[in-house]
Amino acid sequence: MPTGFITNLYVFVLAGFVGFEVIRRVSPLLHTPLMALTNALDAIVVVAAIIIAGRQGTALSATLGAIAVAAAFSNMVGGFLITDRMVRMFKLSGRERKQS
Amino acid sequence: MSTAQYLPDFVYIAAIALFVLSLRWLSSPATARRGVLAGEIGAALAVVTTLFNPELVQYKWIIIALAGGAAIGIPLGMVPMTAVPQRTAMSHAFGALAAALIGISEYYMRLPNINKFEMTEIALEVIIGSLSFTGSLIAAGKLQEILPQRPIVYKGQNYVSLSVLGAAIILALMLILNPVHTAVFLLMVVISLFFGFLLVMPIGGADMPTVISLLNSYVGFTAALLGFVLNTKVLVVAGALDGASGFILSVIMCRAMNRSFTNVMFGAFGQLQTSAAAQAEERSVRTATPEDAAAILEAANYVMVVPGYGMAVAQAQHKVREFYDALTKRGIDVKFAIHPVAGRMPGHMNVLLAEADVPYDKLIEMEDANTEFPQVDVALVIGANDVTNPAARTDKGSPIYGMPILEVEKARTVMVIKRGMSPGFAGIDNQLYYLDKTLMLFGDAKGFVGNIVRELTGGGH
Repeated sequence: MPTGFITNLYVFVLAGFVGFEVIRRVSPLLHTPLMALTNALDAIVVVAAIIIAGRQGTALSATLGAIAVAAAFSNMVGGFLITDRMVRMFKLSGRERKQS
Repeated sequence: MSTAQYLPDFVYIAAIALFVLSLRWLSSPATARRGVLAGEIGAALAVVTTLFNPELVQYKWIIIALAGGAAIGIPLGMVPMTAVPQRTAMSHAFGALAAALIGISEYYMRLPNINKFEMTEIALEVIIGSLSFTGSLIAAGKLQEILPQRPIVYKGQNYVSLSVLGAAIILALMLILNPVHTAVFLLMVVISLFFGFLLVMPIGGADMPTVISLLNSYVGFTAALLGFVLNTKVLVVAGALDGASGFILSVIMCRAMNRSFTNVMFGAFGQLQTSAAAQAEERSVRTATPEDAAAILEAANYVMVVPGYGMAVAQAQHKVREFYDALTKRGIDVKFAIHPVAGRMPGHMNVLLAEADVPYDKLIEMEDANTEFPQVDVALVIGANDVTNPAARTDKGSPIYGMPILEVEKARTVMVIKRGMSPGFAGIDNQLYYLDKTLMLFGDAKGFVGNIVRELTGGGH
């Protein structure tokens, strides 16, 4: 078993707990934006896809990498965009309605 | 070794910190925009740093793919709020696709020198990624109503599905013993894709909030597994955060339906109850016109609106806002009771009502709403059904027995806007409709609410 695996396991378990503690505080009001935002954050796989698309390798891996770049980056762009659109809509009563 | 070599790692660590802050700030609407900004900065830093990676030898395809991704992502970020559930399912599909393709590419790059441990990681990653890809596509198809929303079931279905998953696992074990068989690898991918299809096809529309959350969590864990394969910690962290989020939402959705994961995935709801619905048709209900409804509403002090998926289908949220305005102007207190599984994804109703400019402090959760109902003069149910069925509390024989519901029957008067007497997605007759205090308002949600609003604004002064 490679040592890198153990280090990654530490990171995974700790990140999982941090995620659990942070996310359970998210108001149910915002569960839809939460899912959109985590999708956008998860699209960070684009960094791995970029390396695979651009490194010295076979045509096959470059092609698969490029498709992965497009798929992940569309999530990143679209995810942040729609999350921002959604959270901007939440207003308290008594505030002036603004046309955006 | 120079410190500059570690610069990308420092940037990735900063990105991870920003991601955690991003989720932290999403906890309340007041700080949510800051949260989105933190996430954007983190992601942008990570992407730009990666573009300077010395391993990169060509940029043409990267640039084209980034441009293509933006060209797909921008329109998907601009869809109307009613289309958010299917957009979310599509983005799960894209996320799973990206992760699965990277795993497949790694397999081919590393051949023939893959040890058993690496092969286990890659196989697991590719199986989960592939099944999440097709599963999410099917979910998006159902939500977009390209595919039928009702559960599609046949005899022995679960055995077939589980055998297919078993086959994928056997192929993975064969690869672990001998990774060089690319044909076995490809077959494993195809079978995993097929399993994702089998997994989601039988699931009905009302279970979509749970399924979409589960797929969310699969996609997150796929990204984390990919982080293990590539030894990239930023992926491990982002995947763990996404996976945890999907998992928490799945648990919330399951609790709100009083069902287990296995029951949602393998229990195909809504098959047994058709006979019960048929025998109930003869019972009589009280109906009312928009004029009658408006007259009762005018006399009320406290009105609770219970929105459901039917409101989204009828695109009635803007009319509901006008309704809210008309009553509020008369000094009537109006609130909205939101059941966790109302709609097609977690938080769906809140987003639709916020879009229509209903203030979010008027949207209240199930537990709070249930303490309020005894003081409520009129509960107006718009396009919600099973989440208001008192049988969930009283009828031990009902398939939804034990499911937490909005106790609308405790309000003084109940009004239900509905197209007809057809049962909800669970296929269960709703006892609420036959109570003496219940008035059925038959018609399209948007049209009927519009008519009530006209009565309230035109007839009143």
